Amino acid sequence: MPLLWLFLLVLAIALAAFVLARSRVLAMSGQDRRTLHSLPNYYGSNAAMKSAIPALLVLVVWLIAQPFYVNSVVSDAIPDSAIADTSSRSLLLAEVRRAADGIDLAVSAGAMTEAEARDPDADVETMTATLTEAGAIVTSQITQSVLSAAQQFRVLNDTGYRIMTIAVLLIAAAGAFWGIKETRPDFRARNVVEQGIRVLLIAAASIAILTTLGIVLSLVFNTVEFFRLYPASDFFFGTNWAPSFSGRGGASDLGILPLLWGTFYISIVALVVAVPVGLFSAIYLSEYASPKVRAFAKPMLEVLAGIPTIVYGLFALLTVGPLLVSVFGDEGLGWMQAGTAVMTAGLVMGIMLIPFVSSLSDDIINAVPQAMRDGSYGLGATQSETIRQVVLPAALPGIVGAILLAASRAIGETMIVVLGAGAAARLSLNPFDAMTTVTAKIVSQLTGDSDFASPEALVAFALGMTLFVITLGLNVFALYIVRKYREQYE
Amino acid sequence: MYDTSHHRQETAVTDVKIKAKDVQVYYGDNHAIKDVSVEIENNTVTAFIGPSGCGKSTFLRCLNRMNDTIDICRVEGDILIDGNDIYDKRVDPVQLRAKVGMVFQKPNPFPKSIYDNIAYGPRIHGMARNKAELDEIVERALRRGAIWDEVKDRLNAPGTGLSGGQQQRLCIARAVATEPEVLLMDEPCSALDPIATAQVEELIDELRQNYAVVIVTHSMQQAARVSQKTAFFHLGNLVEYDDTSKIFTNPEDSRTESYITGRIG
Ligand SMILES: Nc1ncnc2c1ncn2[C@@H]1O[C@H](COP(=O)(O)OP(=O)(O)OP(=O)(O)O)[C@@H](O)[C@H]1O
Ligand SMILES: [Mg+2]
Repeated sequence: MPLLWLFLLVLAIALAAFVLARSRVLAMSGQDRRTLHSLPNYYGSNAAMKSAIPALLVLVVWLIAQPFYVNSVVSDAIPDSAIADTSSRSLLLAEVRRAADGIDLAVSAGAMTEAEARDPDADVETMTATLTEAGAIVTSQITQSVLSAAQQFRVLNDTGYRIMTIAVLLIAAAGAFWGIKETRPDFRARNVVEQGIRVLLIAAASIAILTTLGIVLSLVFNTVEFFRLYPASDFFFGTNWAPSFSGRGGASDLGILPLLWGTFYISIVALVVAVPVGLFSAIYLSEYASPKVRAFAKPMLEVLAGIPTIVYGLFALLTVGPLLVSVFGDEGLGWMQAGTAVMTAGLVMGIMLIPFVSSLSDDIINAVPQAMRDGSYGLGATQSETIRQVVLPAALPGIVGAILLAASRAIGETMIVVLGAGAAARLSLNPFDAMTTVTAKIVSQLTGDSDFASPEALVAFALGMTLFVITLGLNVFALYIVRKYREQYE
Repeated sequence: MYDTSHHRQETAVTDVKIKAKDVQVYYGDNHAIKDVSVEIENNTVTAFIGPSGCGKSTFLRCLNRMNDTIDICRVEGDILIDGNDIYDKRVDPVQLRAKVGMVFQKPNPFPKSIYDNIAYGPRIHGMARNKAELDEIVERALRRGAIWDEVKDRLNAPGTGLSGGQQQRLCIARAVATEPEVLLMDEPCSALDPIATAQVEELIDELRQNYAVVIVTHSMQQAARVSQKTAFFHLGNLVEYDDTSKIFTNPEDSRTESYITGRIG
């Protein structure tokens, strides 16, 4: 039975339980509804909850667990001898799965009967031929061991799903029965439903947290794996970044320092652009602009924030880079070789960050109480004196927080760097040199054709982990500062 | 019924400091002050009394153009200080406010140190030539604000860390530090205990020697104790304006009488 049907069936059982429980309690209460502890719908919901939730939980767990079980059984059944020297057990298992899928396809297309598909004495040659004919793509030739493994795989899966269907339906029915059975006027259905809702909310929250945890763990495991292959001290203190992409050829130099330097250099250029411009525009918008100008200018600034970073990247590559070259290049001052440079990426990233800094600062400046300004005006201060000496100092912690958040965005930015700063990892002080960042290198390490288990690919996780720790630190620090600031006026 | 402090009135050398004529104030469509004309005398404490929402703060804020900071607020009519129209285009509201100091209804110390709070005005107006002079100004202001003894050991602590009453006295000291000619005080004692209130009232009486003081208060006793002139506002109108002793003993308008005897408000 297809999964969707099973799911709908469970819902149908739950719905039936709802209706039954509701009418049962109404019947039991007779005419006087005041004898009921809860509203009739609560009794219905209670029964529906008891029937659907455990059944669906079992369904999900089963769906997750079954492939692991089947894989391990099939894998145990394949003798070591069947594995060719060039391939590994996991590759062979993948082939088994492909063959099994092929047989499924052939059966559903009518190219062979289920009995033929299960026939333990089936001839490998004819089987391969049938499968190829049916359009189920199969590696050139199926071996005997792959075929029997594939057959076993199918049978196991089949029985598995059958048992699952029965189990789920039984659980749903049992739940419904239980829910209806306990439906009595004095049963506290309302409280039980309340509990159910709480559990639902907790589950939603846990999914978010568990996913984060999962991502972090996968980063950690792969990073540990990387450090097993490549010494951590060389990674953290190496000043040379030169991965060899052949995988087998000469050893790679995977020092993070040039990448970190590139990241920080570009971020600093970006912040030097974004912080003054963003802050001043925030001050203008919140303190000087008339309501009309503000209503027009603020959305305009926020449009900047909605532009995808790849578009900024194009802007860097096609407009800012050539412009800078024409001024600082060989024809001009002679400091710049090509359009891709720290300056190019930094300037464009700065523009990207302007709305970020300005809208956060604007909120923070607006949060400074009017009484503070009145106090200053009342003492005969001008507007700019008030802003410089009262508003900004009061808003400073929040503004610092906004800047730190902007910094962590700059550090994590990728597309602008790829298109604007070039790909050369280099430790240089000249802002007109091409450099690259941690994020850009993560992309290039994983999009290359090197083996996923090689240090050249795994280094991406170590880079990601380093970046994660840095931005996490910045964010925590920023949030701490922002929160501390908030307490002042509440 | 009230002690009207007659002894404080004999020093009054009455010349008009502020003259308001037919003042109207609108907040958008809300007509908050209607046709108010009043003459506030120099070296006098003038009390504004009246039920909540009757426009006392609004009128007070007209006298140093603080209403300019409220977008929807519109002021009509003439207000003259020393004979000069303060709503004239040539008048710089910033300079006006240095001359007409204000203490707000809610204490609003800056999130700076106590010292910097007081030194703020004197620094802006260049009142001190050096650190020693500034120190002197700060100390004198804090003493006049009746808070010196409490804060003299922690001048570098933030002003926002003081108690509500201390903050209010800090704000009074801050306003006094710029040596204004007129001091507007909007319920300066609403957060103060009786001792601090007595100190502030003493300060007000002392300030009267040099300045014109206008004080908004909800306390009839306080109005009677510190003021020589009293203005009673009701629903945006100036109902009665006269010597304090007259208002509290023999009011002309029945609304005034009802209010001070506690029947409306
Ligand atoms: N910033 C403002 N915007 C709009 N309306 C305002 C504003 N400030 C005051 N008002 C209105 O003006 C009227 C007078 O207010 P005001 O603050 O002057 O009263 P008040 O006499 O000081 O009262 P209280 O004794 O409670 O301080 C009220 O109706 C109030 O709603
Ligand atoms: Mg008021």
